[in-house]
Amino acid sequence: MTYDFFYKLFGSQVVAAIIQGLLPLFVFILPFAVFAVWLERKVSAHMQDRLGPMRVGWHGWLQTIADILKLLQKEDIIASENDKPLFNIAPLLVFIGSYAAFAAIPFSSAFIGSNLDLGVFFIVAVSGLVVAGILMAGWASNNKYSLLGAMRSAAQIISYEIPTILVIVTIVMVTGTLNLNTLSEMQTGHFWNWMILGGPTLGVAKFLMIPFMIIGFVIIYISSLAEVNRTPFDIPEAESELVSGYHTEYSGMKFAMFFLAEYANMFAVSAVVAALFFGGYQSPIGYLGNLIGIKWLIPIEQLFWFTAKGLFFVFVQMWLRWTLPRLRVDQLMAACWKYLIPIAFVNLIIIGLITLM
Amino acid sequence: MREYLKNIWTAIITILIGMKITFKHLFVPAVTIQYPDVKPQLPERERNRLYVNMDDCIGCDQCARACPVNCISIETVKGLPTEDLGKTSQGRKKALWVTNFTIDFSKCCYCQLCVFPCPTECIYMTDVYEFSEYERGNLIYNFSTLTPEEAEQKKINYAQFEADKAKEKAAKAAAPVNTSAPKEQ
Ligand code: SF4
Ligand code: SF4
Repeated sequence: MTYDFFYKLFGSQVVAAIIQGLLPLFVFILPFAVFAVWLERKVSAHMQDRLGPMRVGWHGWLQTIADILKLLQKEDIIASENDKPLFNIAPLLVFIGSYAAFAAIPFSSAFIGSNLDLGVFFIVAVSGLVVAGILMAGWASNNKYSLLGAMRSAAQIISYEIPTILVIVTIVMVTGTLNLNTLSEMQTGHFWNWMILGGPTLGVAKFLMIPFMIIGFVIIYISSLAEVNRTPFDIPEAESELVSGYHTEYSGMKFAMFFLAEYANMFAVSAVVAALFFGGYQSPIGYLGNLIGIKWLIPIEQLFWFTAKGLFFVFVQMWLRWTLPRLRVDQLMAACWKYLIPIAFVNLIIIGLITLM
Repeated sequence: MREYLKNIWTAIITILIGMKITFKHLFVPAVTIQYPDVKPQLPERERNRLYVNMDDCIGCDQCARACPVNCISIETVKGLPTEDLGKTSQGRKKALWVTNFTIDFSKCCYCQLCVFPCPTECIYMTDVYEFSEYERGNLIYNFSTLTPEEAEQKKINYAQFEADKAKEKAAKAAAPVNTSAPKEQ
């Protein structure tokens, strides 16, 4: 929809595509990252009975912008023993990996970067690029801590992709589509049509499915937490053991790039979880636009609901981060291979049997 | 299997308990003091920057001798009998010009040992603790009320007085010879 609008406006498909592609970055991800970094500091501070940033703007809300200005001015240090090309590409690759995921995420019925039929699959696939970027960063830094962090990160992300995909497969099995837009459309109406509450089709199966959907949600949420390297799964950057993992050697804007990617990733996984289980951009209580008969209000409302759901899950991620201690490497692997994967498998089979009914 | 399920159960329950605690703390008022805007309440006997009330100082050098790091340096000159140096607030007559009284706060360890021996209680701790400087030399505080020229003058005066006295003495010593002569006449 927005693409058609830009196409009409500029009369060129290339310009329209470029604008369409950059739109989520400048309209959504950058402001979101700025806001999320501030939120993270505020949430962490208040959870520890502190105040957090207070001096730049009202309650420090401009703090992140000040920090970005600082990072922009910093010297871009490249050590002499670094593998320069890899070292320079790595942050870009990490950012591209997390940004590409946004292409298939439906922000509202009027805006979806690319309405791919393979939406979820595409997201899972391109987030794999992040691992390559992280490994590159760790390798090219020529620093033992960076390399250790990168190795851990690769091991972690690859292991936790399995339960994530198993849960996604569960949903795909129930709904029969990989397209996130269609998935969201299916869960239209009210919140009882959301997948977490058994999906839109009414019947015994719906109620039987609810507990297993909740298990599925918990599994995908935990494993997506691990995929974005957030505490309690932040062993790749474990400050107390690895300085700060794979981005130890980075400074200035390249470091900011990793940071931005982390926050973009946080929102991306939250958005996927919201789209799979919580109706995506659908409102839980019906639309004001429908009520008063203004059609153009609906996409805006949808954007609001989508952002609200995404932000809620981002908040829960932060909440968990400031609650739980970091897992040990063996605990991390045990949690994935001994608990999440078998449960996800059983869950998949049970939901499969229920759908067969 | 039992162990397995129990592990899952403990994990979920403990995580939820932890999350409940942190969530509660979101609404606990912060203990932060917004320092430059809000000053913390200092304890009653806090030890910070020293101040010397020169009106009361008699230049007895007790504080400088008590200081364990030798950061107080005092230089005094005796006053002339003709000069009135004023009195301390306790009515004690001052006899010495304090020509130099500096405290080097870059050395001071804020032990307060200099405060106790002072007979006139004129050196004491204030509640000022924000006095950082860009130059180390700025941390040497001069408390003397005399300007350098005045201090120089006092020294010259006293040297003059001493010299005069010495001359007088010399004259006195020579006098018997002088005074006896006219008697003989
Ligand atoms: S407080 Fe202690 S160190 Fe400082 S001037 Fe007095 S005696 Fe010396
Ligand atoms: S002890 Fe008191 S009176 Fe004596 S020199 Fe020090 S400040 Fe002056």
